[in-house]
Amino acid sequence: MTKPAKPLFEQRRERRKLLCAAVVAAAGGSLAGCDAVSNDERAVNVLRSAETLTRSVQRTLGRRAMAQEFPASQIAPKFRPNGTTMPPGAAYAAMLADGFASWRLQVDGLVDRPLVFRLAELRAMPSRTQITRHDCVEGWSCIGQWKGVRLSHVLQLARPKPQARYVVFHCLDQMDEGDDRSLYYESVDLDDANHEQTILAWELNGQPLPVENGAPLRARIERQLGYKQPKYLRRIEVAERFADQGRGRGGYWEDQGYNWWAGI
Amino acid sequence: MTPAQHSPLIYRHRLPVRIMHWINVVCVVVLLGSGLQIFNAHPALYWGEDSRAGTRILEIGQRREGTHLVGVTRIGGTEFVTDGLLGRSRGPDGSELARAFPAWATIPSTQWLAMGRLWHFFFAWLFVANGVCYVLWTVFTGHLRRDLVPTRWELRGIGRSVLDHLRLRHPHGEAARRYNVLQNIAYLSIVFVVLPLIVVCGWGMSPLLDGLPTGWVDWLGGRQSARTLHFVGAFLLVAFVLVHVFEVIVTGLANNLRSMITGRWRIPE
Repeated sequence: MTKPAKPLFEQRRERRKLLCAAVVAAAGGSLAGCDAVSNDERAVNVLRSAETLTRSVQRTLGRRAMAQEFPASQIAPKFRPNGTTMPPGAAYAAMLADGFASWRLQVDGLVDRPLVFRLAELRAMPSRTQITRHDCVEGWSCIGQWKGVRLSHVLQLARPKPQARYVVFHCLDQMDEGDDRSLYYESVDLDDANHEQTILAWELNGQPLPVENGAPLRARIERQLGYKQPKYLRRIEVAERFADQGRGRGGYWEDQGYNWWAGI
Repeated sequence: MTPAQHSPLIYRHRLPVRIMHWINVVCVVVLLGSGLQIFNAHPALYWGEDSRAGTRILEIGQRREGTHLVGVTRIGGTEFVTDGLLGRSRGPDGSELARAFPAWATIPSTQWLAMGRLWHFFFAWLFVANGVCYVLWTVFTGHLRRDLVPTRWELRGIGRSVLDHLRLRHPHGEAARRYNVLQNIAYLSIVFVVLPLIVVCGWGMSPLLDGLPTGWVDWLGGRQSARTLHFVGAFLLVAFVLVHVFEVIVTGLANNLRSMITGRWRIPE
């Protein structure tokens, strides 16, 4: 015996239910799929390939582009600190206590003349003052006035060797408690290193750089996001590659999965 | 037999349109999910160059009530309780999470900014490439002039078209062969206004592109305004998609779906 046909309205209701279930399953399935892709190294490398495209296009179009500078009236009442606001450890505390008289900046790596600078020596160099907007990867922006020496000036003094391609910044702030290899570091290519607005800043809004903003010296790489602007500098290394540093991605946050190219 | 089976089957959507449509579907879903993921890293919007409490226009966060948190959304000076959806929601394992958009709406579902950015920028390239192909295709095949731009006569019928849509009365027979005037206006404004706005505002958030040429982002009201407009544009797109899917369902889901898969569409009688 065949089953009696269900009334039409019931068939329709069942069809609707089935459709709804299919939509929910598809939505749930695609979300789970996205999570699976996010944890698959090969798939992530495909997503990551867009970074190469973005970098090439932005580099080609914007090699000489200048970051926007603002009038003094636009300076934010307080420059928002982020990341480390007080480097842990006795070494930094001691430097802070003596007003950074014992602090030194080392410039070395692929250079003809490795150099060491005191803060006073850097402050005596020709300086650039710029009011720029700091764009955090999280999405917020803050405008501040920075004063410092152009990195290109310091590099010229040290004379990079012809095979030099990158500048690696080594910092004093340890990021992970108990892991003394987790010192913050960053890297940029020579285009950014030699850019007119790339400075080693010792002053923020007319005051000596506050501890929370990177005292005594931080880099400003104005055409990239905030995490590319290392604070608490101790050493600037000229290098041919950065794969041998940290976990090989060119910076502390890059090693956590963030893009090396932070022009977007 | 139902009468629909007698009405003629026409070839409605050509293959390039069908392919580009489904690429768009994937891109919009991923860009929205990863965009909400990125927004969650700093769940507030501002008007102007930078981010200050005084220029904040929207914020999704939490309010402490005794020992527990309540999800809230603040627009201007007004606070709305949006617990369960915005500000605080349940994760896939049922645990309470203090986050702006819920886990089911973001890609990936956990709070993971770096990964959200990888998704967003990969699919942004795909979306823009697809959009450029679409615009070139519509212009060079005459699809734009023939099917998308409404005639003066059609524009005059706009009032009636609005009423018909509200009453869920849709064109039949010969009249159904052409896109109706509201459809034309919706498609044209999404393709030529909303999507370009979203893309340009996306560029306006890039610290490198804002120097090409220097100062152009001021035309959008500054970087934080660009970020806000990017968000507004995204939600106009979501509104379009909701209406679009609604219309697809009420005018015959199976018939419409088939026309976007095989191209064949049966004219409603």
